[in-house]
Amino acid sequence: MTEHAPTSTVYTASELIAIMAGRLLTDGQIVFAGVGIPLLAATLAQRVFAPKLTILFEGGVIGPFIKPGELPPSTNEQRCTRRANMVLPSTDVLLLLQRGYVDVGFMGGAQIDRYGNLNSSFIGPADKPAIRLPGTGGGNDISSLTDMIVAMKHEKRRFVEKVDFVTSPGWLDGDDSRRRRGLPTGGMWRVVTDLAVMGFDAQTREMEVLALHPGVTFEQVQDNTGFTLRRARELSVTTPPQAEELALIRELDPGRLYTA
Amino acid sequence: MSGPLVKDYETLRREIAARDRGLREKVMSLDEAAQLVADGDHVAIGGCTLSRTPMAMIWSLIRARRTGLTVSRSITSTEGDLIFASGLGRKIVSSWFSQGIVWGISKVMRHHVEKGLAEFDEWSHMAMGLRYRAGGMGIPFMPVRSMIGSDVGRIRADEVRPMRCPFTGEELLAVPALNPDVALLHVQRADAYGNAQLDGLQFMDIDIAMAAKKVILTTERIVSNDQIRRAPDHTRIPFFTVEAVVEVPYGSAPHECYGQYEPIFAQLDRYAALTAKDPIGGVKQYLDEMVYGPKDWAGYLAEVGLETLLTASRRGRVIYND
Repeated sequence: MTEHAPTSTVYTASELIAIMAGRLLTDGQIVFAGVGIPLLAATLAQRVFAPKLTILFEGGVIGPFIKPGELPPSTNEQRCTRRANMVLPSTDVLLLLQRGYVDVGFMGGAQIDRYGNLNSSFIGPADKPAIRLPGTGGGNDISSLTDMIVAMKHEKRRFVEKVDFVTSPGWLDGDDSRRRRGLPTGGMWRVVTDLAVMGFDAQTREMEVLALHPGVTFEQVQDNTGFTLRRARELSVTTPPQAEELALIRELDPGRLYTA
Repeated sequence: MSGPLVKDYETLRREIAARDRGLREKVMSLDEAAQLVADGDHVAIGGCTLSRTPMAMIWSLIRARRTGLTVSRSITSTEGDLIFASGLGRKIVSSWFSQGIVWGISKVMRHHVEKGLAEFDEWSHMAMGLRYRAGGMGIPFMPVRSMIGSDVGRIRADEVRPMRCPFTGEELLAVPALNPDVALLHVQRADAYGNAQLDGLQFMDIDIAMAAKKVILTTERIVSNDQIRRAPDHTRIPFFTVEAVVEVPYGSAPHECYGQYEPIFAQLDRYAALTAKDPIGGVKQYLDEMVYGPKDWAGYLAEVGLETLLTASRRGRVIYND
């Protein structure tokens, strides 16, 4: 990214999240991406700085290059296979997680807690839910078996002390509880929102603010969070979205299917 | 499936042994194929989300007033709404259930599950796949390393078993084999015997075919056995698993069929608008107009509209045109 590129201050929260999350990927990685912002962010990274990024979709796709203006409605349609290296049965692409070929899993989230556990199944008790959400899909498999980036809007109702239901395991109850309960690999690495970038304390596994987006204060992040956040000793500020990134995002999603 | 969680191995073997596995023609109509499904069967559905959904066959089962099915699928979209709302099935076993993220959460699914009118049993996507695979392999379970430690595994405690690896001693989770009574699969082409070739995304279709007691195949077109034999490496489902072959052009509409047509977005948007406003009345109106109303599948396609179908076909064929 050029340092002197002109910047635009007009962007949606979704565009900001997609740009900031995409920057966390590294060229050459293998990333298992969910539909929506993760798919968009990974495709953006591919085009801006990571041409050798290999994207996997749960529909069975290895290494596609999504065509601008033709975003798929899920990761299971033919639009997901454009310029891919291979298509596998979906079970076998998920098994790549279990075998260990995936560097990072990348998903959205409806509800998250202090230890990075995600809920996409039930609001209220599972046997009598107030809201039945769509469920795990591959989310439980991805988060059980690899390091995770989660991209979501920063709202108090989404950042809760304890999720109603652990669909996708983060650090469970913190400390070494994830390993003790039978998940020796993977874990929640980064949470990217429209306010900040967060990680998890290496010991307690509590969520910690690492970087604020331009113009955002720590207090603002805390006010939009339903539990007490840790604060990194050296809190940094992210580079604002660059014109090139915004232009590419709008080229990929001209109909604002994912970025409304 | 009522009764034991995993089908007894000798029963599974007897069921296969009892079937006529010879090379024979099985071409029939949608109505005839619907007779091969019994009330209460466990029916597995091929494809995934909006892809290669055997929609015409599901449509036909609803019209035949089949009821009480347990239905399983990797990921469930609008067909799940229709299955619940028509009474075709009261239990769906799947990893995800809604129309698709761009349309939000299914109001019809929510209504049925939250009111206790129907069940949506959630498994992880990989666990669904490994259950079918174990079924297709003739073994009673598969060990997995997901669904452990989370509530997804906890709420399935009656159906999964923690296990210790007999070699390494590590903790794994055993998920039970799934051997459906019937598999409904839609493919691009098949011959009259049921040799099926499918293009693009395969999802779990091959495992489902091998796991099921019988397969009902719908196909965009029936081709000659000679054509199949010219490219046997493209055949994914062997004829002896198949009990019925039905030629149904646009048999996945309004969902997609890889390389043939994309999802019919105009129909999906209309359905989403209908059910968002009124989940009960909206889906009833859709069933009346689009399922019970048309004289036959061609009549249904006429309701979808020629121009809409042509647009979807143009977009579908783009995949071969880069």
